[in-house]
Amino acid sequence: MIEGLFVGLLIGSICVFSFLFVQYHQYQVVGRALPTESDGHPKIYRMKLWNTNEVRAKSKFWYFLRKLKKVKKSNGQILAINEIFEKNPTKINNYGIWLRYQSRTGYHNMYKEFRDTTLNGAVEQMYSEMASRHRVRSPCIQIIKTATIPAKLCKRESTKQFHNSKIKFPLVFKKVRPPTRKLKTTYKASRPNLFV
Amino acid sequence: MGFKRYVEIGRVALINYGKDYGKLVVIVDVVDQNRALVDAPDMVRSQLNFKRLTLTDIKIDINRAPRKKTLIEAMEKADVKGKWENSSWGRKLIVQKKRASLNDFDRFKVMLAKIKRGGLVRQELAKLKKESA
Repeated sequence: MIEGLFVGLLIGSICVFSFLFVQYHQYQVVGRALPTESDGHPKIYRMKLWNTNEVRAKSKFWYFLRKLKKVKKSNGQILAINEIFEKNPTKINNYGIWLRYQSRTGYHNMYKEFRDTTLNGAVEQMYSEMASRHRVRSPCIQIIKTATIPAKLCKRESTKQFHNSKIKFPLVFKKVRPPTRKLKTTYKASRPNLFV
Repeated sequence: MGFKRYVEIGRVALINYGKDYGKLVVIVDVVDQNRALVDAPDMVRSQLNFKRLTLTDIKIDINRAPRKKTLIEAMEKADVKGKWENSSWGRKLIVQKKRASLNDFDRFKVMLAKIKRGGLVRQELAKLKKESA
């Protein structure tokens, strides 16, 4: 029971910490098995991955490659790792993400849609949503495919409701925050005005 | 009762938290329920959470996600800057900024001006009292 509590606290603290700067980056990792006498020119494989930093991306590359080919990090080499940046981060896109995740009872496939300006932002939204809605942590998620979906082909109502060029809605609950964290106080003299 | 300020394309908003605090921006597109794509003549187009925005009464006429040039032209046409600086909200912010940037000599001058104004008001009051008495 004490162990369970400790694990709970650990997960809690990780969540708080990661909210501040978990930023998923997209990497292109290229690697191959080391050349041997029997095979002087092993096939080169390239993968596009998402992770928080390069070290983790390389590790994940070997994780996937081990599942597909008979090669490990100890008898392979990474030839290149490059970060892939968003071409146009000022344009909003609908991203469709196909993923495979491990739940408590088995593996499942899923398709999720997100609206965001960058693919990395959508991937981060996906990880957050999987964690909150299905309690699936990031190591248990494998991204099968991502794509930019044109508005006509979106499947989910929650993304389709924003496909309106004359979109208009009021902000119903507007709590005014202090402009800096420094000006935050525990007690206030009067109740806040929540109207816009 | 009823909402007057809506999140819509072309709504002018004030940033009330973060690095660009105090800036007037235009909502150029809506990402989802919580975020908007926001643009101003002197900043790169970026996405902001609605929690960081306070909507104003000013709205300009633009299409969804316009070019920067088109946006600047539309802002000039609607005279966003003028409307803002003449509105009571805008004027209050300008006064706040001025007060925060006063140096000691300026504060001294303000004190003298306040005393003079108070004196004139009291003179007028005394005159009116004498007439009514």
